[in-house]
Amino acid sequence: MDVDSNWATDWVRRSADAVAAHKADLAALDRAIGDGDHGENLDRGYRAALAALDGLGDDATPADALMLVATTLISNVGGAAGPLYGTAFLKASGAAQGLDELGPSDVVAILTAARDGIVLRGKAEPGDKTMVDAWTPAVEAASAAAAAGSDVRAVLEAAAGAAERGAVDTEPLVARKGRASYLGERSAGHRDPGAESTALLLRAAAEAAADAAERRGS
Amino acid sequence: MKKLINDPVDVVAESVAGFGAAHADIVRVVADPLHVVRRDAPVAGKVALVSGGGSGHEPLHAGYVGHGMLDAAVPGAVFTSPTPDRILAAMQAVDAGAGVLLIVKNYTGDVLNFETAAELAAAQGIDVRTVVTDDDVAVTDSLYTAGRRGTGGTVLVERIAGAAAERGDDLDAVASIAAAVNADARSMGVALTPCTVPHSGEPSFALAEDEMEFGIGIHGEPGRETLPMEAADRIVDRLLDVILPDLPFASGDRVLLMTDGMGGTPLAELYIAHRRASERLAEEGIEVVRSLVGDHVTALEMQGCALTVLRLDDERIELWDAPVQTASLRWRR
Repeated sequence: MDVDSNWATDWVRRSADAVAAHKADLAALDRAIGDGDHGENLDRGYRAALAALDGLGDDATPADALMLVATTLISNVGGAAGPLYGTAFLKASGAAQGLDELGPSDVVAILTAARDGIVLRGKAEPGDKTMVDAWTPAVEAASAAAAAGSDVRAVLEAAAGAAERGAVDTEPLVARKGRASYLGERSAGHRDPGAESTALLLRAAAEAAADAAERRGS
Repeated sequence: MKKLINDPVDVVAESVAGFGAAHADIVRVVADPLHVVRRDAPVAGKVALVSGGGSGHEPLHAGYVGHGMLDAAVPGAVFTSPTPDRILAAMQAVDAGAGVLLIVKNYTGDVLNFETAAELAAAQGIDVRTVVTDDDVAVTDSLYTAGRRGTGGTVLVERIAGAAAERGDDLDAVASIAAAVNADARSMGVALTPCTVPHSGEPSFALAEDEMEFGIGIHGEPGRETLPMEAADRIVDRLLDVILPDLPFASGDRVLLMTDGMGGTPLAELYIAHRRASERLAEEGIEVVRSLVGDHVTALEMQGCALTVLRLDDERIELWDAPVQTASLRWRR
């Protein structure tokens, strides 16, 4: 089955819950190799996004919901994560433009656009120990799942699992972008907080799709 | 953690409100979206200078808003870049039609947020130039990092470019002076203790009683290495050993020497460091013609210091000496 704007808004709610629940974990990861503000900043952004959801009309499309997340994160998060996630959702919204329902290939297009937006803004490459290291395997896994004929739920499940593995795989890497890059070799042995939050957000997307599927009994 | 604060969430808003109350003759504070502008902004015909960044580095940047320096400062959350909507609001408030120069410290978050704001402002017809400061010499491997960081040299860029704008230079000329000052400034710092971000409550990094973090950025974030603690003169020499060959500064150069506190260092200790730095520069045949000592770019309550050396010429000396009236730098006005 495909997903609609209810999935998109549920994704926002579940993301807000996940970020709030893991705020301290993200802060601890960021303190180790950054400046310790990632959990607090992202939580502030998602609380604002949650509040902004009320202003979304009944005829809102998934693109509208994604645009709302983009503008809210850009104007509330700050740091590097604000523009990076903001640009990601801005591009994702563009990829969903004009669609009321999203099928597997649409979801892949959204994730790809989000990842490309982050790369465009942050200029990081895979292996630089950034959120790109969670997004890239997620996009690849989602594409492979869609190509194999999976439904949206399975495509997002594949993306979430790959992002989680990608986040874990940042642990041995030496950072080359962002605040952690100044640690050089000393950044190895710590998980990248941006990759970890990406995994949380994509897990929320997968849970929202699974919940939508169960509610429709498919 | 003991801090003179109320709710950690309100630290920046309450601090900036107090700053506005204390310096109402110089600045105006706009609470939402939060930014600080000089009282007489927009100044007709003048290029506007806008800077900003995470809070916790006071007096940077709001302390440098006023005649002869910045037209607006945009404070973010503690150690967190401000968001593009705030930066845009500040740019709109001070643009007098002669364009806006953004002065941005090279930190990933600052660069991304100011870049986004610059795109939004340009789309509204504001003429924008950006100078990214990267005077910190601690970072050697710019290819595999986010590059050298903007530290103490930022204050010197704001002052000299601010004087050029006040003199009536156009946007390209002000941007070019700012970029040239940044290119001729070199800084390096050392932390003796970590600092504690109010909403986190935990020290930002660990440092043993007999250790110092050498080559820090303005958050105390690690630069080069953790070294055993040493006497002040030895620490100053270590900093200058990296700073001087980097430009390089040479015998016969005239320079400005800034000895900057990190927020928690007694002024007496900064003068001890400044004394040795001055001696050392004299030994190298480098003439210190202007000095600045004190807390100018800080990291909350961190102990330590940073040295910035800027090569001067007649024009820069004239611009440095021109009238300035801000909360933290004020002379001849």
